[in-house]
Formats: sequence, C-alpha cells, structure tokens
Amino acid sequence: MTDGARPAADPALRSFARHRLALLGLAVIAALAAFCFLGPLVYHTDQVHANIRLTNLPPGSGRPLGTDDNGYDILGRLMIGGQATLEICFAVAGLATAFGVVWGAVSGYTGGLADAIMMRVVDIALAIPAIFVLIYLASVFRPTIALLILVLSLLSWLGPARLVRGEVLSLRTREFIQAVTMMGGRRLRVVVRHLIPNTLGTIVVNATFQVADAAILLATLSFLGFGLPPPAATWGGMLSQGTTYLLDGYWWEVYPAGFVIMLTVVAFNLVGDGIAGSLDARLRPA
Amino acid sequence: MIVVLGVTAVTFILEHLIPGSLARAILGTRASGAEIAAFNRANGLDHPLIEQYLAFLGRLARGDLGYSYRLNQSVDSLVVHQLPNDVVIVGTALVLALAIAIPLGLAQAVHRNRAVDHAATSAAFALYSMPSYWLAILLISGLSIAVHALPPEAPQAAAVGGLLADPLALVLPVLTLTLVNVALFSRYMRSAAIATLAEDYVRVARAKGLPTRLVLSRHVVRNSLISVTTLVGLSFPAVLTSGLIVEYVFNIQGVGLTYYTAAVNADYPVELGITVLVGTVTVLGNLLADIAYAVLDPRVRYD
Repeated sequence: MTDGARPAADPALRSFARHRLALLGLAVIAALAAFCFLGPLVYHTDQVHANIRLTNLPPGSGRPLGTDDNGYDILGRLMIGGQATLEICFAVAGLATAFGVVWGAVSGYTGGLADAIMMRVVDIALAIPAIFVLIYLASVFRPTIALLILVLSLLSWLGPARLVRGEVLSLRTREFIQAVTMMGGRRLRVVVRHLIPNTLGTIVVNATFQVADAAILLATLSFLGFGLPPPAATWGGMLSQGTTYLLDGYWWEVYPAGFVIMLTVVAFNLVGDGIAGSLDARLRPA
Repeated sequence: MIVVLGVTAVTFILEHLIPGSLARAILGTRASGAEIAAFNRANGLDHPLIEQYLAFLGRLARGDLGYSYRLNQSVDSLVVHQLPNDVVIVGTALVLALAIAIPLGLAQAVHRNRAVDHAATSAAFALYSMPSYWLAILLISGLSIAVHALPPEAPQAAAVGGLLADPLALVLPVLTLTLVNVALFSRYMRSAAIATLAEDYVRVARAKGLPTRLVLSRHVVRNSLISVTTLVGLSFPAVLTSGLIVEYVFNIQGVGLTYYTAAVNADYPVELGITVLVGTVTVLGNLLADIAYAVLDPRVRYD
C-alpha cells in the first residue's frame, strides 16, 4: 500500500481480524513455530545417535509419542524435522515470491518483445511438471537444505510471475502511473515504488499459498526418497519412513507426522484465504 | 510449438547438468579415458553442443525419445507399453472427478454459506491439504488393512487388458486420484459459479420466469465452465504429478513409475525422454482447453 492508501488499509485489517478461521490459522502457525524452535529448549532428546535398544517403542512415560525405527524420540524428532520443514518452506515462499514478483512486474511493465520472451520462458517452465524436474535434480545431486530451497524456488516463482504480470498490465494504464511517468519518474521507480506496492495484496496471498504448496512438494519429495538424508529430518521424511511400518501397527510413527503436515498446509491456506477475503471488498463479510 | 521447443531445450540442458558426464554416469566410475572417448564418439557427444542439440531435436522429430542403457531398451518401447495404463487410470479419474466436481461446485454456489457448502468446502480443504501419497496411504490403511474390502495394490499385469481384468484392484488408485482432483476442481467450479450467479443475464433469466433448473443448466453451468476449463487445463501438471505418486504407491506399471525407477537407477535417457513426453502432454492439455473454449463460448473463434 502507498502512504496515501493508509486509511483504506484499516477496514481490510479489521475485516481480517473478524475472519475467525484466518486468525485460527495464524495461531496454529505461531504454535507450530514455537513447538519446533522453542520446544527443543524444554524437551531434550538425542536426535543424532541411533539407539537400537529403543527402536519402535510405543508411546509411554518419558516418550509421549514413542520412538521410530532408529530409536529416535518421535516428539523430539517432530520438533527438529519441523525446523527444517518450516525453514525450507518459508525460504522457498520468500525467494520464489521475490523473484516472481520482479520478473512479472518487469515483464508486464516493459511489454513488447521482452514481455513475450519472458512469458514464454514461464510457459516453458510451467509445461514440465515440477515433480519430474525435482526428482531428476534430486537424483543427480545430493539433497541439502540449500539445494532443496533453491530447486523448490526455481519451480515455484512461475505462479507469482504470471499473477503480478497480469496485475501490472492493468495497473500500467491507470492515471497515477501515467502521472508518475509524466512527472519524469524513472522506470525503476515506477516499478519499485508504485507497481509492486499496488500488487502487494495479491503477492501476500500468493506467498502464503506458496508456503503450503512447498510443504506438500517437500513432503512428496521426501516420500519418494529424495529428501534430506539422515540424521537430518523433515516431517515428510518421517511420514514416509513411518508408512513402511503401517502394517505392523506402529501408528505413532505415521499419524503424528501426517497430522502436522496437514495442519501446516491447512493453516497457511486459511490465512491466505483470510487475507484474500479482507483485501477484496466483494468477499468481505458484512 | 515454441513451448514444446523450449521443453526440449530445458531437457537438453538438464542432460548436460549431470556431474562428470553422461558417459561417466553410464559406463561407471571405473571406465578408462579411452572407453569414455569411444562412447562419446559413438554417441556424437564429442560434437559442439549446438550440433548435439540439433541432432537431439532430429531424433525427437522422428519420434525417438532415447535409449535406456540400463534396460537395454528404447524409451519408445517402454512408453508404448505403459502409456495405455496411465490413460486408463488417470483418464478415468479425471472424468469421474469432473463428473462429481461440477455438480458439487454448482450445488455449493447455489447453497452458498449453508451447511452443505461448509461441509463440502471443509472436505475439499482437508483433501487439498494432504500430500496425495498420504491420502493413498490413509485409504489403504482404512479400506485394505482395517477392513479387507479392497486390494492394496493395483493389478500387476503389464498390459492394459490385464489391468481391466481386475477392476476391484483399480478402485483404490482411481479413488485416490479422483478425490484429489475433485477437491481441486470443485473449488474452481464453486467460485466460478458464484461469480456467474451474480451476472445480470442470470437475473434476467430469473426475472422472465425461467425455472431455476433451466437457469442453472442453460446459463450458469455453461458460463462457469469457461473459466473452469482454463483452470483444469492449467492443472494438468498437477494431475500428472498425482498420477506419478499413485503409480508409485499402488505399483502401477505406468510412465510415472518408470520415471521414478529411472531416477533411482540414474537412467538419465529414460528420465529425459519422459520429461519431453510429459511436457508435450501438458502443452497438448492446454491446447485441448483452448479448443474446449471455442466449443463452450461462441464468442471465441480461432481463425
């Protein structure tokens, strides 16, 4: 929002505050982050050394959620797995959104041949389903947190790029943009100070959905065996490891990890829907 | 067309991203320099990159997707055997999903913010928030392990005839894919129908006394389908992705599973051949969506 639009932002904020599901989503995200990052300070477990005397134990005293097939405490592992998962998802959403926004804004504002070329690049990248490229790259390189962030971002900036370009195309012809150009504002200033701030609503909504999508992609990748190698953990990796014991009835190795993944994705989708609803006057609850 | 060409370029770049070289990856770490040089010469890998790319395009134009050194089989012959399996499973799921999602989304839009809508939205939300393999596993643990109602594995026949001979085993994979897609498509249909219901022509149709059933079938459905078609066309990569997951979970002999196996075995030619194929299918899907536009909307004409 530009400074002049300040009063207009308030109804949106108030509307968001009245959006109970979105607030719930926000609370869930805060709780999950606290659980993952503050939890290990209170609840100490060894998540590096495997202990074969403690494998596959059901929940009991001292191990509220039991242990997995390496003897790791599941509750503690959910915390450190959550750290990696949340870090990767947030980083991906941030990087992909930033890059996509700049790409889309430049493409839409410049127009002409540059726009045509930049958008064909997006079309080409969109034509190859992300999972295929992910599997390929993960099979060629050894996955690390940095690599996963980079690769997931490379595949996620396309959505924001398209969205922002669409918005910029319609904003470009509006009077206030033309006024800036006429007053001698340079192109960079138009894009950075006027076009991008005015698409902020779309961008923020999309970024929250990006986090949710990244969580699902990451979990899928881990399930297929291309996630972070042990002793590092992600929720997806825990879930996929746990599913091998489904027939043995070791439910504690399966359901908690599946639950936190779903919880994260639902929470971010709720927040995204809430922001979208409060920014769009037509969808605002009366 | 440009997009397909771009997909081939990306694939070509991916092939050359392999650390070391293709020859090293295929012949193994103990191959001698002379053997590598001989392999490169035999496969034209000693030519300049641009020449290699043109040769690659030439082979693709003749329908040659590459050759698997691990399986000693051409990628074409692999794909020809497996594609029908994918078409049956993914196709059935897609048709079922549309058949459920369109009426469901419409009903939700008509009864917006009532119990039906809330229930369906929550269900779609939950499904939408699950990785598709997690849904598949939940279905297996519920319907095959807890209740022995359905087999946990797809029919293991390699040919499509054998697949159809065991319809009971097809239920779970098709159900998984259908549910995933219903969640996606009913969301699209609901918002499209809500937008259409607010249009003036719908009010006019109501005002002139047209029964609700006819207003919905003649005006709302067709107009909402226009935007749904685009979204369905765009969700083709997502559909193929869940296809791969379902093939992996239920062990279906399809292109997705072959891709996965190739990735595990570092069988790069198979991976790249299938990537080109999948990219082309996606582009075709978008093209189909464009054609469907012209059918649905008389204002759209392609000259």
